[in-house]
Amino acid sequence: MEKSLNWREFVITRAIKASGYSAVVFVLLIFFFLLREGLPALSEVDASSLLDIRWYPIEAYFGIMPLITGSLIITLGAALIAVPFGIGTAVYISEIAPRWMREILKPLVELLGGLPSVVLGFLGILVVSPYLRVLLDLPTGLTAFTGSLLLGGIAVPTVVSVAEDALDSVPRAYREGAWALGATKWQTIWRVTLPAAKSGVLTAVMLGVGRAIGETMTVMMVTGNAPVMATKLGSLFSPVRTMTATIAAEMGEVANGSTHYHVLFFIGMVLFLISLIVNIIASSVVFRSKKRAERILS
Amino acid sequence: MMTKFLSRNRHTVQRLGFSFITLMAVMTVLPIVGTIVYILVQGGSAISWDFITGFPHDGMRAGGILPAIIGTLYLTIGSAIFSVPLGIAAAIYLSEYAKDNQWTRLIRLAIINLAGIPSVVYGLFGLGLFVLFLQFGTSILAASLTLSIMTLPVIISTAEESLRAVPQAFRTVSISLGATRWQTIRRIVLKEALPGILTGVILGLERAAGETAPILFTGAAFFLPRLPQSPFDATMALPYHLFVISTQVPEMPIQIQYGTALVLLVFVLTMNLIATVIRSRARARRQW
Repeated sequence: MEKSLNWREFVITRAIKASGYSAVVFVLLIFFFLLREGLPALSEVDASSLLDIRWYPIEAYFGIMPLITGSLIITLGAALIAVPFGIGTAVYISEIAPRWMREILKPLVELLGGLPSVVLGFLGILVVSPYLRVLLDLPTGLTAFTGSLLLGGIAVPTVVSVAEDALDSVPRAYREGAWALGATKWQTIWRVTLPAAKSGVLTAVMLGVGRAIGETMTVMMVTGNAPVMATKLGSLFSPVRTMTATIAAEMGEVANGSTHYHVLFFIGMVLFLISLIVNIIASSVVFRSKKRAERILS
Repeated sequence: MMTKFLSRNRHTVQRLGFSFITLMAVMTVLPIVGTIVYILVQGGSAISWDFITGFPHDGMRAGGILPAIIGTLYLTIGSAIFSVPLGIAAAIYLSEYAKDNQWTRLIRLAIINLAGIPSVVYGLFGLGLFVLFLQFGTSILAASLTLSIMTLPVIISTAEESLRAVPQAFRTVSISLGATRWQTIRRIVLKEALPGILTGVILGLERAAGETAPILFTGAAFFLPRLPQSPFDATMALPYHLFVISTQVPEMPIQIQYGTALVLLVFVLTMNLIATVIRSRARARRQW
């Protein structure tokens, strides 16, 4: 009895420890398979034509610059929407809203995070883009701007929840100190609470941007998918195509092992590295701030 | 005099500022409510018994969406089979066994990165590993495995959080009564943390149910005349079906599109609601 119990305990403990490392294993596996299928692109297409401004795979033009600029301009637009609204909402929820309001708002924002992106894309096609076309007098409503608008909505929940956590973890004593010195609540928010939560808010912004770059279905459905260079701000109101949408739209139609296939995996590799960098920076920001907070409080 | 002026001024600023921030919050939340209500209203008239239980016909322009509903159920359950045990075990490791060292930090970094990887990159990975390398083909199995890795970070981090919320004293008492470490975890810690873990699991699966990009090249089928017969069959799925009928099929009746969006939304919202209810009930009942 005693012995079998020990034996079971041993096996279970081992299994749990192995599971603990599963996340590391999967990140490595993902990177390995992206490299395995994506790196051949570099030998099949030379680097200069990979950085070309023309994406037209049927005639073997694999310039990914239009896709990169497309992703960047849409993400920039989304950030311009999601950052102020996300931080504003976080400040409202954490500092201003009465308790009952908070209980309603938090689940609602969480709900937005759970809305399938394909549903937002669907509404983008049927409602947002026809409306924007008429409102802005454009030849088509399927533009980078439409994508940015919807993507902003997708990034908002990430920004709100991370920024709100950061604001929440500012010790109450900071605020009380400011109030005692005669500052209004508003002054306290701007000059004490937000600066104290700065690194957490920055993390929120980065994670929101990361979410926007990686979003696929919505942008594929509403941005018109034209692989043209987005070089100026005016490009915001014409169709573009992102890296994610290119993979999603074309992977289904390419032959396994073809150059086109390898280039699509190469783009996936670029996306993976972007999200890796964004997340490493974001988490190191969190880490630093935590250490500093510990120092101040001890 | 001057002070008085200043103090009135800064209270005006506060009032203006508060109104502005409140307006921003309202403008953030209103579209969410608007979206849900709009789809409920527009799609409501398409919903009928035949729509839920029928097969699509006439090039999907008529009939029901049963195979897509069943497919999404299969994929959700399929990803749960892999991600729930693995995710909870990983959370137990992080909360009960792991020491605060370099290796643990590496695991946390990996979890954060896993959560940030674009969904379409998961699709590529699933294609490379499950569909081609392991030769599962475009199948429910390959798609479920892909989705399960995507939901893993959500499950691990919420489960770990609720395990950590169980007071240390509970463990100490159990061990001092002669229970082994695993008995303590299974009978005391897991039991207390269960509602929180369940909430995380449902939220993770909610994401899996609504995702399209990871299943595009791993298991989603454009149209199938029958239900999938085995895990090695491809399947229709609600999100992919909505994508197909709103972009790929010309002259698609708008009613069916809204109806499909409604069913998908109800599917996801129900999961969200269940998670919220479990969480708030557990919070209300908690005595420590």
